[in-house]
Amino acid sequence: MTATAAPAARPRTRGGRTRRKFLRRPPAVIGLAGVVIAIAVAVFAPWIAPYDPDTVQPATILSAPFTGGHLLGTDDLGRDILSQIVFGARASLASGVLATLLGLLVAVPIGLLAGYYRGWRDSAISRVIDVVLSFPFLVIAVGLAAILGPSLLNEVIALAVAQVPVFVRVVRGEVLGLRELEYVEAAVVNGAPDRVVLVRHILPNTLNPLVVQATVAIPTAIIGASVLSFLGLGEQPPTPSWGTMLSDAQQYIAQAPWFAVFPGLAIALTTLSFNLFGDGLRDVLDVRMRS
Amino acid sequence: MTARLEVTGLRVRFDTDEGSVLAANGVSFSLRPGGVLGLVGESGCGKSVTAMAVLGLLPPTATSEGSVRLDGEEIAGLPPRRMRRIRGREISMIFQEPMTSLNPAFTVGYQIAEVLRRHEGLTRDQARVRAAELLDLVRIPEPGKRVGEFPHQLSGGMRQRVMIAMAVACNPKVLLADEPTTALDVTIQAQVLDIMRDLRAQLGTSIVLITHDLGVVADIADDVVVMYAGHVVESGAVDTVFAGPRHPYTIGLLGSVPRPDLGLDDGRGRLREIPGFVPTLREPPGACVFAPRCPRADALCQERMPPLEEQAPGQYAACVHPGGHAHE
Amino acid sequence: MSWYVLRRVGTSLITLFGATIVVFLGVRALPGDPAVALSPENNDPAVLHAIRVRYGLDQPLPTQYVVWLGHALRGDLGTSPKTGLPVTQTLLERVPITLELALLALLIAVAIGVPAGIVAAVRRGSLPDYLCSTAALGGLSVPHFWLGILLILAFAVHFPIFPASGFVPITDPAGNLMHMALPAIVLGTGLTAVIMRQMRSAMLDSLGADYVRTARAKGMTEWKVVGVHALRNSLITVVTVVGLQLGVLISGAVITEQIFIIPGIGKLTLDSVFNRDYPSLQGVVLITATGYIVANLLVDLTYSLLNPRIRIAGGAR
Repeated sequence: MTATAAPAARPRTRGGRTRRKFLRRPPAVIGLAGVVIAIAVAVFAPWIAPYDPDTVQPATILSAPFTGGHLLGTDDLGRDILSQIVFGARASLASGVLATLLGLLVAVPIGLLAGYYRGWRDSAISRVIDVVLSFPFLVIAVGLAAILGPSLLNEVIALAVAQVPVFVRVVRGEVLGLRELEYVEAAVVNGAPDRVVLVRHILPNTLNPLVVQATVAIPTAIIGASVLSFLGLGEQPPTPSWGTMLSDAQQYIAQAPWFAVFPGLAIALTTLSFNLFGDGLRDVLDVRMRS
Repeated sequence: MTARLEVTGLRVRFDTDEGSVLAANGVSFSLRPGGVLGLVGESGCGKSVTAMAVLGLLPPTATSEGSVRLDGEEIAGLPPRRMRRIRGREISMIFQEPMTSLNPAFTVGYQIAEVLRRHEGLTRDQARVRAAELLDLVRIPEPGKRVGEFPHQLSGGMRQRVMIAMAVACNPKVLLADEPTTALDVTIQAQVLDIMRDLRAQLGTSIVLITHDLGVVADIADDVVVMYAGHVVESGAVDTVFAGPRHPYTIGLLGSVPRPDLGLDDGRGRLREIPGFVPTLREPPGACVFAPRCPRADALCQERMPPLEEQAPGQYAACVHPGGHAHE
Repeated sequence: MSWYVLRRVGTSLITLFGATIVVFLGVRALPGDPAVALSPENNDPAVLHAIRVRYGLDQPLPTQYVVWLGHALRGDLGTSPKTGLPVTQTLLERVPITLELALLALLIAVAIGVPAGIVAAVRRGSLPDYLCSTAALGGLSVPHFWLGILLILAFAVHFPIFPASGFVPITDPAGNLMHMALPAIVLGTGLTAVIMRQMRSAMLDSLGADYVRTARAKGMTEWKVVGVHALRNSLITVVTVVGLQLGVLISGAVITEQIFIIPGIGKLTLDSVFNRDYPSLQGVVLITATGYIVANLLVDLTYSLLNPRIRIAGGAR
């Protein structure tokens, strides 16, 4: 074996190494690409969509893809499907991301409290979480959305509440493990107040598992949002939304099957991208959930 | 006399996220029949990898080259089916962590019997009886009862003895012991070493004992091989090497052994550590691997990695400035 | 061991109790006046008041709760104003249907997911692994209702193999299975994906464990190493995970039954929400939550049974 020339500089920083590890995994990179595309579509919707999604054209209802200048065809009111999908990305992504962020915001302090202090606080919190978790995700989301009334904001709140229990469990589990670590004990023994210990020592170490969990929670929330819209409990027309499109499409399934295919495809591809990305992240950050 | 186990030019390469890592580079040694060879070095020097390569137990991300001969017959590169007949029957291995090396879902007796049924064709009952005998051989009290117990019901020392029993069940020619006592208390260590000595005497098993503990090597080994960063840097009979080490690394190792019997004033009693860290090799080295930490390193050492050369009868060292003491 | 069982059962009871409160309050929180819902044509306040008295809706909430709980414990969940039938009876009719659907889905999921997961783990990093893993992710990412619509499109409209919707009782096994086939596939897809991933992950962990290294060092055949040593430890993990998927199954059942018009408790849930049929809604959500809590309890107890460490050492955690 011949000696190689001086090797190319390898990244020495942890961030650099993580990035390289990530790039070595094709599925993860594809996922990241998908996520970026989805976000870009949502942000730049007005510039990407060929038509105004709300324009009703009674003359060309339910036209097939590639006809009359409509790439994906038109819906039952003559509106361009492609434009609706492009604009629909906004609602879906917004719901998914906001609901997850909100859920995290609420869940992290609760989880920290329960995991760190244990005792009656932990018992009480755990029991409440158990109770909420005894209802399936969709039941909570649908129930809350029904109670609060149909709107985008309420949809986000309902989804966020449904996300909170899982996040609390993750945080709590991590904290339980972390508080036994010696450097935490050392900090406590040195007189650091609880607040400092929690924020400076424990919280940063919960971030990795949380990030991974979030990348899985976002697609769940996106699907949840589309279910809610499908059932008529989410954002209301004329706001374009993938879920409402599917619900409309169900009626015209025999005449216009493509109508049902594309919105669902959009949901599936977006969700798949997030899932691939999240999986790759989990591999690379080497997260093992402490259960 | 043919060596029981002869390893020549063993190279092991790992493909990791950070590139290709050479864990073992040109390792050679020979084990005499009935002898105990100590394979010594710090963590990461490639000693475990060498043993795994001998048995063909490397993970799929690793590639190995070189020769491994058992009683003169080449076993490196044998197809997996042939290799499986050798493992556990002609060459056995025990590992460092007795806690996790036993399957928690099966009884201890089942795991020993497995080897017997696989290689010697014993029936379930025959194997169970023999398993109890083996537990007795490794001095586990109440062997008949222990046979039906699960690993978590046994102490660490007992688990390691179970591992030994599993390893010698089919009377193998060679036993590879990878840091068998490192995870155990000192008192248990002595017991386990005793058992190994007995087995060597009773069964004639040749042993390769991998360890970073020089005391254990001095205690039980006949020959010693010192490894550093994937290379063999010194080898020879234990008495010779320990009395008169030639390679600066070996000298450093021996110098860092605590000697409470020597006083602090004359300088010989002080604990001397070797400054620096063990490097991870990425490609074949262009210089002596120990040079960065060697008190004797000079321009000559930067030219190439010195080959193993005989410095005294039966004693080999890979150094261009061998002999004497490191700190002079 | 029995100490652990007692504690676990106690926790479950508390959770169950909490769940009943949530169900009760949740239903009450739905918009709309229940009295109006019970008799939508009537605007006369006197009649509405009479309705309230009759259904005990004028009592303070805690009293209503206790009354309802008392009845529930005796098996009386009230009467549905929509159908006029006792809720308990409706539930008894519908639960087996959803159970059948769930069971079929579980069967499909295990039959496909377990072997796929094992293969993916054993051949890690190769093409079969990538295919299985991506397919599994796809299965997780696909929204149930869209898959249902697609399947109807494909196998009921274009190639009429299966009926597009509807249900036939088990008395006609062939008809029953034909109608259940598509819904079971839809419901089982997500579950298959989860099982496959869990199996793969658990097998990878097992295969990387020290005891597998020992088994190989003993010269065991790969069949034994994978099928006995690694698998035994993986199954424990997977069984517990599967048990916890019951909640997801029920979530999925709600939508699936809606699309395929299967008269199970999933459809009942949605219908009651939209019909403001509070007694039915209370009953069905209660049953769902109870079922889930009981399932969790059983899973925990089974796990402690399977894991020798807890079983023999009597370890309380």
